[in-house]
Amino acid sequence: MGRINATEISWSVKGHQLLDNIEMAAHDGKVVGLLGPNGSGKSTLLRLLAGLRRPDTGTVRYDDTSLRDLSRRVLARRLAVVEQDVTAHNHVSVRQVVELGRTPFRGRFDALTEHDQRIIDAALERVGITDKQRQSWHTLSGGEKQRAQLARALAQEPREILLDEPTNHLDIRYQLELLELLGSLRVTCVVALHDLNLAARYCHHVVVLDHGQVFAAGTPAAVLTTELIRSVYGVEVLVDREPTAGTLRITYLAATAPRTADATAVAG
Amino acid sequence: MTTNLHKAARRASNPIAGVKPAPSRLRRASVAAIILLATVGLLASIIAASLFGSANISPLDVVSTILRHIGLGEIAPNPPLPRLLDALIWESRFPRVLLSALVGAALAVSGAVLQAITRNPLADPYLLGVSSGASTGAVAVILLGIGGGISLSTGAFIGGLLAFGLLLLLLGGGRIASPTRVVLTGVLVSQFFAAVTSLILMISGDANSTRGFTYWLLGTLAGARWDGVNFTAVIILAGVVAILFFASSLDAFTFGWDSATALGVNVTAVRIWLMVLTSLITAAAVAASGAIGFVGLLVPHAVRILVSPMHRTLLPLSAVVGAILLIWVDTFARTAFTPHELPAGVITALLGAPAFALVLKRLES
Repeated sequence: MGRINATEISWSVKGHQLLDNIEMAAHDGKVVGLLGPNGSGKSTLLRLLAGLRRPDTGTVRYDDTSLRDLSRRVLARRLAVVEQDVTAHNHVSVRQVVELGRTPFRGRFDALTEHDQRIIDAALERVGITDKQRQSWHTLSGGEKQRAQLARALAQEPREILLDEPTNHLDIRYQLELLELLGSLRVTCVVALHDLNLAARYCHHVVVLDHGQVFAAGTPAAVLTTELIRSVYGVEVLVDREPTAGTLRITYLAATAPRTADATAVAG
Repeated sequence: MTTNLHKAARRASNPIAGVKPAPSRLRRASVAAIILLATVGLLASIIAASLFGSANISPLDVVSTILRHIGLGEIAPNPPLPRLLDALIWESRFPRVLLSALVGAALAVSGAVLQAITRNPLADPYLLGVSSGASTGAVAVILLGIGGGISLSTGAFIGGLLAFGLLLLLLGGGRIASPTRVVLTGVLVSQFFAAVTSLILMISGDANSTRGFTYWLLGTLAGARWDGVNFTAVIILAGVVAILFFASSLDAFTFGWDSATALGVNVTAVRIWLMVLTSLITAAAVAASGAIGFVGLLVPHAVRILVSPMHRTLLPLSAVVGAILLIWVDTFARTAFTPHELPAGVITALLGAPAFALVLKRLES
């Protein structure tokens, strides 16, 4: 488990400011949800946190070490990234995909050790695709691919995992199972999510991005209010508690006009 | 459909639960056996291919002749051959067979690497224009005297590197290039350099040298002599061994560059190194034999499908299988229609075009 700390992160491409002075933190073993409409900067922020792009300004720290002081290989031994909609260019088997997670631990000519094999077995088992391990990656359903990617990430024995909309393409059941699994991992997770109910239920902490800025951050109950959702997503919602378990529940009522004209639109 | 994800989630306090013995040891052993078998096949092919041709020579004669020339004459099973036959084997056929093996290995490994770093199953040094650029470099050095006395191989290397550089430039660094775009850009680069080569041939060559070069451009191993083989062998063997160092990095490219980076691979450095190394071995192959196409497409795909897509296996096995393939293609090319000789590149294209269509079909499904 590790801490992720991002301070004053800004990033622009060709004069477009995509992220503006982002501050966020993910504490040991917590699941942090990154929320916000399409184009709000969720994926971009994840890429910067992963060190895949370099921020114009600002610092990302893992525990107390700046990303700039970590080599790629050393970083990959603690941080795993699960990207959205990845495709393989050759016909690898599911097990071979998971084996890739051992890359940062292997020498150039080292075969996989018994220890590596055990970790791969455990990762396959953990996401429940042990029985598919000999199949070609291309034969898997969208949900199985997503789980194989998560198994690959687990094979990195990470202290932190960054996930970009991991519940896309998943049946409702797998969505719930995946997030439950993340919560049980004792790994710090930062998850970009679309579904506010999933975020409310499984995230310890949420960060809402809008137009590349942090609009709000805190516990789901504190952040996911009717006003915030109206102003960030342009949607009228009812927020209440589900009667039996008491979890936060968000019911979508209607789309309102875009945020720039929200005051008049709501009145109309 | 059932899953044990749920159960797994509840077993959270015991992260490495359910450990079973690794089932892959058998598979690893069989991969080693396949590589060994292929290597034996390569040695057998080298000897067998040296038999084909006009004179009637026995396999043991070939083995004896080779042993005698590499200083192991005492263990040679047969008495020395007449001087003329000895020369036929040692000075003509054997270097040619070895050169075929080297060129085949280089092209197959180049193809495997290019397919991984462009993430495109249709990549091949010939189809992406690297061979074409190397041809232009070779022709420019020989016919125009550009570079002030640098060798044909150096010219081919620079040409190959230029073509590769142009390809990557046109792909905008290629970060998100689709397979279609990579192939079309390859066609463009290939056609451009082919046109430059034709231009050089037309403006500077007399009819004879133009004819010789045109034949060479189609891909032929007829020019094999020992001095050329030694030079080519050093470059190609060193290049292939250096490429083997990048096997695990190439595996990490499976899901793209960001994914490879997140697995700890320095993608930029790996790509530059591999670009230089593949240009080097492709150029050495082109300098020795002209532009022989499709070996880099046929061989790695066959190995991927039949054995393994992981580069620790794929790269060495592609080298061996590519060597065997080109030995037999060239043997067929020089013996099937005697006294006429076919350019080997014509035969590989005849084999490769249907293979290309198959890969394309597989890519679409």
